[in-house]
Amino acid sequence: MSKFSKKREKADPAVSTASLPDIIFMLLFFFMMVTVLRDATVKVEVIVPEATELTKLEKKSLVNYIYIGKPKEKADIARYGSAPRIQLGDKFAEPSDIPLYVEQHRITIPEVQRPQITTSLRVDGNVTMGIVSDVKEQLRKSNQLKVNYSARPRQGDLR
Amino acid sequence: MLKKRGDSKSRINTEINAGSMADIAFLLLIFFLVTTTIEVDKGILVRLPPWSEEDPLEAKVEKKNLISVLVNANNDLLVNGEPEQLSSLKDRIIDFITNPTGREDRPDSPDRAIVSLQNDRGTNYDTYLTVYNELQAAYRELRDEEAEKRFGTVFDNLTRDQKKQVIEVYPMKLSEAESTDFGED
Repeated sequence: MSKFSKKREKADPAVSTASLPDIIFMLLFFFMMVTVLRDATVKVEVIVPEATELTKLEKKSLVNYIYIGKPKEKADIARYGSAPRIQLGDKFAEPSDIPLYVEQHRITIPEVQRPQITTSLRVDGNVTMGIVSDVKEQLRKSNQLKVNYSARPRQGDLR
Repeated sequence: MLKKRGDSKSRINTEINAGSMADIAFLLLIFFLVTTTIEVDKGILVRLPPWSEEDPLEAKVEKKNLISVLVNANNDLLVNGEPEQLSSLKDRIIDFITNPTGREDRPDSPDRAIVSLQNDRGTNYDTYLTVYNELQAAYRELRDEEAEKRFGTVFDNLTRDQKKQVIEVYPMKLSEAESTDFGED
């Protein structure tokens, strides 16, 4: 009898927080997994057009990005002018640099997955088709035929 | 007295205070929460034709099977040479492919229809993509209709074989001509 009462006295009224770090770590690992650290800062202004027939791009590792738009930074405008430019990785490039860029990404992918490599063209809506056509031609020449024209969902009706 | 001192010493040695662990983990968690952009990249998936050095063969296409869509440097839309509104392009394409009235100058069957898309170098990318989107939307609608008729569900829910059957009925034959040199800036 006395044993029981003794135990009761000992009981700690506070909630144990010992498992709190574990819970937080679990959340932490989740966010670490889903985080994709951007490997390139976008130096061109890109506002993609709106569309309805959208496909979601799976598997980030199988995607390479080509940005086309007007340079954002004042220093870049002074250097390259305000005409739309192509950005590959983290630097400005010419259409002729595309085959090398595509190939450099391609060799990092296991051979079985190579046909699934997609090029995501993130192109500003106000860019003219000339520069886009040049990029498309280079992609065809480097046999990178799977292309995704990046777009955002359309809100409202077509004008 | 002596005993008490020894007691407290042994306690220091055996336990590390884990109370601040949660704080450290919280700090990291907040850092990742802030830096995470769960960004989904969506877009219109297309397959470019392979490059060949030779000039393309003059393909014999019957004129009635071809609908030409031109977006010029002023972002005007011309379908078979006549001006057309963006909003009615999809219905026009669907009408052309299915040919519900059995007109002579339309394709005999939907799988023969070819859409030819051409743009100038000065065409806005925005307009180009909108037109491309409408073309895909037209085919999506036709395929959904066919899938509904045959299998009772929309195209996206079909199995691979079923999709193949539907695509055979409505294959998207899109021919993109080289863009002309108008209006380059």
